[in-house]
Amino acid sequence: MANVIKLRKGLNINLKGKAAAQVSAVQPSKVYGLVPDGFYGMKPKVVVKEGDEVKAGDALFVNKLHPEMKFVSPVAGKVTLVERGDRRKVLSVQVEAAANQEYVDFGKKDANSLTGDQVKTALLESGLFAFFIQRPYAVVANPDDTPKGIYISAFSDMPLAADFESVVLKGQEANFQTGITALSKIAKVSLGVKPGSKLENTKDAVVTIFDGKCPAGNVGVQINHVAPINKGEVAWTIGAEEVIFIGRLFNEGKVNLTRTIAVAGSEIKNPEYKTVIVGAKVADIVANNVATDKKVRLIDGNPLTGMKTCADAFLLAHSTEITAIPEGDEADELFGWISPRLNEYSVSRSYFTWLQPSSKEYVLDARVKGGHRHMIFSGEYDSVFPMDIYPEQLVKAIIAGDIDRMEALGIYEVAPEDFAVAEFVDSSKVELQRIVREGLDMLRKENE
Amino acid sequence: MGLKKILDNMKPAFSEGGKLSAFGSLFDAAETFFFVPNETAKVRGAQIHDAIDSKRSIFFVVIALIPALLFGMYNIGLQHNIAIGACTEDICGCFLYGLAAMLPKIVVSYAVGLGIEVAIAQYKKEEVHEGFFVTGILIPMIVPVNCPLWILAVATAFAVIFAKEVFGGTGMNIFNPALVTRAFLFFAYPAMMSGDKVWVNENYIDCINGTVDGYSAATPLGQLGAGEPVTYSAMDTIIGTIPGSIGETSVIAIAIGAIILIWAGIASWKIIVSTFVGGALMAYVLPYSGAENFEWWEQLTVGGFAFGAVFMATDPVTAARTECGKYIYGFLIGAMAIIIRVLNPGFPEGMMLAILLMNVFAPLIDYCFVQSNINKRAKRAAK
Repeated sequence: MANVIKLRKGLNINLKGKAAAQVSAVQPSKVYGLVPDGFYGMKPKVVVKEGDEVKAGDALFVNKLHPEMKFVSPVAGKVTLVERGDRRKVLSVQVEAAANQEYVDFGKKDANSLTGDQVKTALLESGLFAFFIQRPYAVVANPDDTPKGIYISAFSDMPLAADFESVVLKGQEANFQTGITALSKIAKVSLGVKPGSKLENTKDAVVTIFDGKCPAGNVGVQINHVAPINKGEVAWTIGAEEVIFIGRLFNEGKVNLTRTIAVAGSEIKNPEYKTVIVGAKVADIVANNVATDKKVRLIDGNPLTGMKTCADAFLLAHSTEITAIPEGDEADELFGWISPRLNEYSVSRSYFTWLQPSSKEYVLDARVKGGHRHMIFSGEYDSVFPMDIYPEQLVKAIIAGDIDRMEALGIYEVAPEDFAVAEFVDSSKVELQRIVREGLDMLRKENE
Repeated sequence: MGLKKILDNMKPAFSEGGKLSAFGSLFDAAETFFFVPNETAKVRGAQIHDAIDSKRSIFFVVIALIPALLFGMYNIGLQHNIAIGACTEDICGCFLYGLAAMLPKIVVSYAVGLGIEVAIAQYKKEEVHEGFFVTGILIPMIVPVNCPLWILAVATAFAVIFAKEVFGGTGMNIFNPALVTRAFLFFAYPAMMSGDKVWVNENYIDCINGTVDGYSAATPLGQLGAGEPVTYSAMDTIIGTIPGSIGETSVIAIAIGAIILIWAGIASWKIIVSTFVGGALMAYVLPYSGAENFEWWEQLTVGGFAFGAVFMATDPVTAARTECGKYIYGFLIGAMAIIIRVLNPGFPEGMMLAILLMNVFAPLIDYCFVQSNINKRAKRAAK
């Protein structure tokens, strides 16, 4: 029987437009783009030229700091564009998909008989290593490190997030198990699941059940309760969907970055799951499926931790959903500080959310809904931050640039996403995720 | 919408480089007063936000103060009518008299405080913060009715500048600005703030009703401090028909405010409850010597104890910010207020000083709890 950890703090936000549990294919994109920004914390060095022919699994760029770490093409075809922005920053490497998809053959392997080093080499070669994120700093993992463990959360409880277990995993169970087995050769694997999960019997992993509200599904929250990270330690995390990629690599011998993502949100006409390849055009994923009667904000990811995107952009590497919410910048709501605003969602009882049934689904727009202030009310972050850390004091230490204090207060254990719910409930509208990101970057620079 | 259009048309003049750009902050304040800002989330970070903002939270505190304010107005008239021997049954008359006495104080407090806040916001090129809406209504409620307007204006200006803005404005202050106003008055103009001459209105509106010059009406705490018998029943102190600072007398009106604040989740129940526990315990341990018809628990109903516990101690900026720290913070305020009342011959009322004292100690209380978390982490790492 797996260990059960109950989490008291948190908040489930019930948004309209959850994806129905059915999967459909999308029209293949003409051009796919791999976006370096999707892999936070690395410097890309492009290794292809425009006009080159690549197979799915060929490197498009490598990490300048660790050239053995490759970032591979999701499809076979011709490199059409290396898109650069200010100061020649690589924005994307675009590949025009060939009619016939060819994959680089990495050779089928039995994950059980491999050593940790062999698995690591195979992952680096195939570009799947790039999907590891390390704590501290929440950046692309460093292959030279020896992690104390590999942590995977098999569920996300963020609003509108894709349901991994009942939809995404369907038909991929064997690949998932192979992936877990392979990872267990590198380090001890810990899998966090929700109550009642069938994944409780996963082999080669220590399974822990997390029973609580959002963000209990955040891998950082789970690590904090299972094996908190101390200074000097490194833990690797990887998305459950990406474990399937690893399983495919060993079972099929090829890099197949096809994943099932949720296309959801109040402004999506038919919210459901879509099978897409990493790097697909957002426009193709949401084609004819977005409400046109108002301004819509497309988000790569869920509305709490995702990033604003647009139809012309490419699906980022880690994305498990594309969501659409109203932009709301023409709302012009009168007397927000006193009117009842029955359709608004709030944890504060100065609104009437508490009177509504918990099944009520809300349509929330992208407005910040208030002026930016210094932190005024206390205890707001704490009530939705299920970690043994003082979030407010940590954020203040980051704002002050006090590195010693950040360390003392546990910055090594957090990632920006862990502060997402706190940022949502904050009445002072402080940009917590941005601040935490800056703090992590500051510390990383300092410790290098 | 018409109003939105008018504001949009006016906006360029108030923006940077416009003719009226010197009043930009004022325009911003007006615009956000009418409309929820249409600003949307940045590219990264949470794309959706809770509808609560500091404006709404702060206006809920003002709403919670209204019962105490209305009762305070009534009580001004009531005390005045008692003093001149007029009819005390006329609730409406009492209230209107109190309203006339109170309005100038509210106007002065808001005009001076907001004027300074707007000027400073304009200087710093920031939005005007709404924190003063609470302070501005609290100030007239915690002074005696006889306090002259010019003194109120000076004290408000002092508090806004030296207790708040020098620290960086709303959210950064160490002391509760309303209490600093009161402390300033208390020490700079003691004759205006305590004794038995200040609780009944003597100001100009008396021309209508006849003067009450020199009339003395001591508060229960004044009587206790002087070692005299208390002439008010427990019921009087709970309903609030006794002399005292304008907003502080009625426990019932304050309780209504407390329920609103706790229900809306704006004030910490932990602070309120622990303040009363600390006060009750200390009142039980330290009774007034010789006060025979005064039960220990009546300590909590007289003076500014209830008002301070509900509206002053709970100011989130100056209180302890850790959840466990709030219990200690509240407990010490309650205990300290009673200790000052009973043991210090100089100050019949201790609530103001107790809260200001604990404002100073709040960071220390937080430090202890945060440090224990830090130590735990350091110990774990050393293993």
